[in-house]
Amino acid sequence: MSETAIVIETVIKAVTVLAVVAGMAAFATFIERKVLAFMQRRLGPMHVGPHGILQLAADGIKLFTKEDIIPQHSIKPIFKIAPIIAPVAAFTAMAAVPFLPEFTIFGYTVRPIIADINVGVLFVMGVASAGMYAPLLAGMSSTNKWALLGAARTVIQLLSFEVVSGLALLAPLMLIGSLSLIDINDFQANGVTSWMVWKQPLAFLLFVIAGFAETNRTPFDLIEYEAEIVSGYATDYSGMRWGLFFVGEYANMITVSFLVSIIFLGGYNPFWIIPGGIMILLKISFFIFLFLWVRAAWPHVRPDQMMWLCWKVLMPLALLNILITGMVLI
Amino acid sequence: MSLEQFKKRDATPGYIYFQAEEKPKNAWEAFKRVVRISIKGELFVGLWIVLREMITKGNSHTVQYPAEKLPIGPRYRAIHKLLRLLESENERCIGCGLCEKICIANCIRMDTRLDENGRKQITEYSINFGRCIFCGYCAEVCPELAIVHSGDYENASEQRAHYGLKEDMLTPLDTFRAKEQKEFPGFGALSENADSFVKKTPLAY
Repeated sequence: MSETAIVIETVIKAVTVLAVVAGMAAFATFIERKVLAFMQRRLGPMHVGPHGILQLAADGIKLFTKEDIIPQHSIKPIFKIAPIIAPVAAFTAMAAVPFLPEFTIFGYTVRPIIADINVGVLFVMGVASAGMYAPLLAGMSSTNKWALLGAARTVIQLLSFEVVSGLALLAPLMLIGSLSLIDINDFQANGVTSWMVWKQPLAFLLFVIAGFAETNRTPFDLIEYEAEIVSGYATDYSGMRWGLFFVGEYANMITVSFLVSIIFLGGYNPFWIIPGGIMILLKISFFIFLFLWVRAAWPHVRPDQMMWLCWKVLMPLALLNILITGMVLI
Repeated sequence: MSLEQFKKRDATPGYIYFQAEEKPKNAWEAFKRVVRISIKGELFVGLWIVLREMITKGNSHTVQYPAEKLPIGPRYRAIHKLLRLLESENERCIGCGLCEKICIANCIRMDTRLDENGRKQITEYSINFGRCIFCGYCAEVCPELAIVHSGDYENASEQRAHYGLKEDMLTPLDTFRAKEQKEFPGFGALSENADSFVKKTPLAY
């Protein structure tokens, strides 16, 4: 294949991923409101379109047409750039994620991954955690105490749980012996019993908990918890700049769902008569639902409880898991 | 309902008292508590409760207000109405002025004159709803059940004077002839068994 063809193919893939995931992220906000409403015996949005389905469009119009307020004493260039970092990091992380199994369209085999690099997991985790700069810079440039507290909490929370998620992933990666997500997926190709979750249940649990923390979801939504720090790092933001943070957050949720599905739950391998593409969509739908479900059910933790959980419970467990896995491997 | 029930101050039957567990005194008790909570799976109990609420059909508590309305009590004191006599279609108001006198917000104003039959006629009757506190004294004091409270609580308007003039409050004739004039069952109205209290005045003592 010539250079140009590869460039064109990559650009098309990138644009498709951007459009589809942004659409999914927008739809997730609607689903979130509906699911939370039903779990709390409410109806949720009902007035825009049938059962409020066009609320998405209404919200989009609102976000795009709101006045973009930049506080007088904020550090303006950083304040303006910070919200862009969140979706950029979230979408860049998706470059190394294989979304679907290979398929053929018009006699042309498509591999639905933008860049199959051999350190896929490392790339995804690294770039996704670079998204931490968005709340950090936003909070520090706002010159607002709530924003500053939010930024401080961002750093302690995301950095701490990077450790847990990294160590939790280490054990399955030792078994598989590859960092490429495609290899990880192919490792679990022999039916449900070969899924990584049976071999590494503890790592699965730790990675899901860390996933909740890294996407700032309840029970770890400390960095923008309204009752304590107004809206955290996003206090001073309005309009689409505020919206970009949330596009980033929901894109991160989708990325984490893909990661958990691929690494632990057999990824896009076909199951019984269900083709692989449907399988992975079912899995990530379940995880998105789990994010919303947990938000409706559980209270959130205090910062000190979260740090206790991270450093005194989860991290030792992750280390123990690696130790045991290592012993078994030898 | 007897007086005893009103005098009872403690709300025992309606309340469930929560027996909070004692705090763990030492590390061993704290550890036992953690184990107990973990095995009970309280987090999963919470998950199940919200899921149960989601999959149960029709337990939404939302009232979609402009489309659905909650019923209001019969004694609700919303905006006032002037009613008509059932047989003669005349206004019930006899212009006695008691409502004007008793109004503690001083917001009722009426003008009367004698008509050709020597009967008192009300030319103007208005309530300043900017001052009205909806105490219901006017409806209570009215000897003819003429000024009453209605259930119309949706009275946003462009003009301050709307709803407060005689032509707004008096039942229109076509509504009256369609037998849609609603009696007010609340404050100051006759009770349902009022007829049974009426005794014939004896002709001779």
